[in-house]
Amino acid sequence: MLTVFLLLFPVAAALLLHFAKGNAARVMALGAALVEFVVAVYAAVVSQVTAQTQFEVNVPWIASAGINFHVGMDGLSLVLVLLTTFLVPLIILASFRHDYPNASAFYALILFMQTGLIGVFVSLDAFLFYFFWEVALIPIYFLAGVWGSERRIAVTFKFFLYTIIGSLFMLAAFVYLYFQTGINGAVRSSDIIAFYNLTLSSDQQAWVFWLIFIAFAVKMPVFPFHTWQPDTYTESPAPATMLLSGIMLKMGIYGTLRWLLPVVPKGVSHWGPLVMVLCIIGIIYGAIIAIRQRDVKRLIAYSSLSHVGLMAAGVFSLTMMGLQGTVIQMLAHGVNVVGMFFIADIIQRRTGTRDISELGGLTKHTPVLSVTFLVLLLSTVALPLTAGFVGEFLLLGGVYQYNHWMGAVAGVTIILGAVYLLRMFQRVMLGPDTQFTATIKDLTGAELAVLVPLILMVFWIGLFPGTFMRISEPAIMQIMTIVNR
Amino acid sequence: MTSIILLSVFGIINLFLGFLRSNKILLPAAMVILAIVFGANLYDWNAAPESYFSNMLTIDRYSVAFTGIVVLTTLLLIPFSQKYVRDGQENLAEYYSLLLFSLVGAIMMVSYDNLLMLFVGIEILSVSMYVLAGTDKRNVRSNEAALKYFLMGSFATGILLFGIALVYGATGTFQLTQINAGIVNPANATLQPMLYIGMLLMFIGISFKVSAAPFHYWTPDVYEGTPTFFTAFMSTVVKTAGFAAFFKLLMAAFFAAKGFWIPTIMAITVLTLLIGNVGAVAQNSVKRMLAYSSISHAGYLFIALVAVNGKLSVNALFFYSLAYSVATIAAFAVLKLVSDQRQREDYAGFNGLAKTNPLLAFVMTVAMLSLAGIPLTGGFFGKFFTFGAAIDRGYIGLIVFAVLMSMVSIYYYLRPIIAMYMQPAEDDNAEPIVVGAFQSVVLVVLAVFTLVLGILPGLFSEVFK
Repeated sequence: MLTVFLLLFPVAAALLLHFAKGNAARVMALGAALVEFVVAVYAAVVSQVTAQTQFEVNVPWIASAGINFHVGMDGLSLVLVLLTTFLVPLIILASFRHDYPNASAFYALILFMQTGLIGVFVSLDAFLFYFFWEVALIPIYFLAGVWGSERRIAVTFKFFLYTIIGSLFMLAAFVYLYFQTGINGAVRSSDIIAFYNLTLSSDQQAWVFWLIFIAFAVKMPVFPFHTWQPDTYTESPAPATMLLSGIMLKMGIYGTLRWLLPVVPKGVSHWGPLVMVLCIIGIIYGAIIAIRQRDVKRLIAYSSLSHVGLMAAGVFSLTMMGLQGTVIQMLAHGVNVVGMFFIADIIQRRTGTRDISELGGLTKHTPVLSVTFLVLLLSTVALPLTAGFVGEFLLLGGVYQYNHWMGAVAGVTIILGAVYLLRMFQRVMLGPDTQFTATIKDLTGAELAVLVPLILMVFWIGLFPGTFMRISEPAIMQIMTIVNR
Repeated sequence: MTSIILLSVFGIINLFLGFLRSNKILLPAAMVILAIVFGANLYDWNAAPESYFSNMLTIDRYSVAFTGIVVLTTLLLIPFSQKYVRDGQENLAEYYSLLLFSLVGAIMMVSYDNLLMLFVGIEILSVSMYVLAGTDKRNVRSNEAALKYFLMGSFATGILLFGIALVYGATGTFQLTQINAGIVNPANATLQPMLYIGMLLMFIGISFKVSAAPFHYWTPDVYEGTPTFFTAFMSTVVKTAGFAAFFKLLMAAFFAAKGFWIPTIMAITVLTLLIGNVGAVAQNSVKRMLAYSSISHAGYLFIALVAVNGKLSVNALFFYSLAYSVATIAAFAVLKLVSDQRQREDYAGFNGLAKTNPLLAFVMTVAMLSLAGIPLTGGFFGKFFTFGAAIDRGYIGLIVFAVLMSMVSIYYYLRPIIAMYMQPAEDDNAEPIVVGAFQSVVLVVLAVFTLVLGILPGLFSEVFK
């Protein structure tokens, strides 16, 4: 029942928001998101550390077709639900400084989106998963398309088409697999267990793999399916960018872990090397383009592309280390990237520009901003003791186990990351003032209220990653067992 | 049967109501009538199948279900004729009567057991529509639409009748089940060419009525010229009844010849999907886009027919017709409200609608998402069930094509959404659209119904056990 509450509560709150106006709407939204977070933490506390699915609910959805409303959480789901419920209140709080027109609709869409995201992370039925997968897309399309900047219409249109076309391929694969479950006269089922128990030939798995993988690859995005990403991240309003980069791209990685590896293991081992190469290309490509960026937000977008490539590589390394690294890095990346985009937004709001060449000397005026920025930045660069370090270390270890050369090339990401991020820090925060930065003020209390939890989380994950690894470990082990059987 | 009697009687009563000085009573009266008919029809659901007119017509669950859709569609559509009431349109009683009479035709089309009854049903429906297409008498476009529809429709009717005659010649009967027996009968083997030509001519006739390619040429022009209120009726009720009739014809009469007609219908399907979707992309008028969209949905409905998958097919056909009808009425209703006030039917007419009329914009969005087949709306499960029925039969290539075409459709269904939410209003669009309270309620009902179909599809996906 806890899972159902987590799913329905944001929608209910979103509907109620309709009756609230302006400031009341955002306070209500924040309250709802905090309640959701508390419930998720409670779930994490009372959950047991096993590979079993907990808080399970399974009721018929389309009864005669064998399609059920089957939701539940194991460790992997729980970690991502925690991430989602932790970030959403912060994202809402972060948008307090903007006076968005039609605020109640804006916050309602964020809460609606939260239901979609949590639904993706807890669904244990293929069609339910697809359902929530698309439900998460609709609100973000409107968030980005209605409240974004000038070029938003064309950009979000591309984003929508890309992702929905990708996911239609996934739907096709699910329908195919669904009919396969009934092939020996058995009752057809779209339950995840039925999909895990399918015995498909290598040839079948090889093409089903691509149908499913394209949907996830577009969402993450993996090179060369990424072309929607930098524009969409740049043109979206800050909260939408945070949702996209902090949580939504994890849908792709989670989907790969839950619905790709165990369902078509032979397909994964057949195409894995190719995907690994694509991921490594993405890592280097994203990093090199990031070096050349002048726009702070765009730079972070490409940096995110580079990092997500490494996470995907960790998944396809099919090593325990790589998978656990992915889980930790999903958390770390979520925290880091949300913080970074928030700071980019703060800078843009204070100075009116995001152009690196027009910024400079912020540290003198804004010491607190500067320190928080540096912490998040170093975590992104994977400095030891920060969140980024644990994730990247495990990921690189996993990729190295898979192939030494790939590990070595992927390792360059840390160096390149240091290059573009520290260069940005130097240009923006240090150096002489510019006409835009001379009168800038330091962080306000509300902004600190967003950044302090993020920074605390950076150190928590960096110092005690075991808290989260313990939750996800049995689930990851189980996935590995199914993949290797 | 009660529904046919009630509709005919009420149709006549309604005509006499036109003699009253005030036409305010007409709209509520028509709605009450339709609600009664809907209830009476549902009452037949649990009754045993019963035949009438020496077995020319059978009321069974199939006919009750599809009658339910067409009556419900009309019931939900009719509040949007309020502008006629307000403007004191003097022929209003005739309009409503024609609508009720055409529903009688639609019900005959979904419950016929005899080709003559099918023909009579189609004609009752069509003749009413020819008149209704031309109701905007002083508008050249409306006259053009009526004339075009009438001329081409008459040709199609002639071809249909010719086909029926040839089928009769080949099998010696008009009765559906006996036709099927006649096809199997080895004594008729030499008459096979005649049968096939007859079937083809019948397919052409009915394909015209449901606006399937390559017999769709009338659709965009007629839809555009016809007053929007009747266009909505045309693209929902006529299509639902047409497909229910087509399905029954193929399953009951021509089942034995399915080796012949499956490839034929498949070709029509592919062509319809292609022309409908690609044609819609090029349109600048929302109404013309909806016309092409209705062609493309004929293509998706054909998939349920091609699948020939018993229970799966008929359930898919029912669900798709229902989801399509509800979403289409919502879309046309919003279009009518917008175009009545802003006097334009292009995409730019919708600019900034989300600011001036959030409710209209929301309903239109739900309708567009449903027609595009995006989850959370009924349209998704409509496509899901029809495609599923075909995949189950191994038509992978056809479904891949259909999925590609629905990707194309996302492009043009998003355009009104972009106009409403993301484009600023132009100067002459800044005024909010006036929507009556009752119309608002109906719009909400339409949107909620579409969402219910999308969230709890199990309620309607198992109508035929």
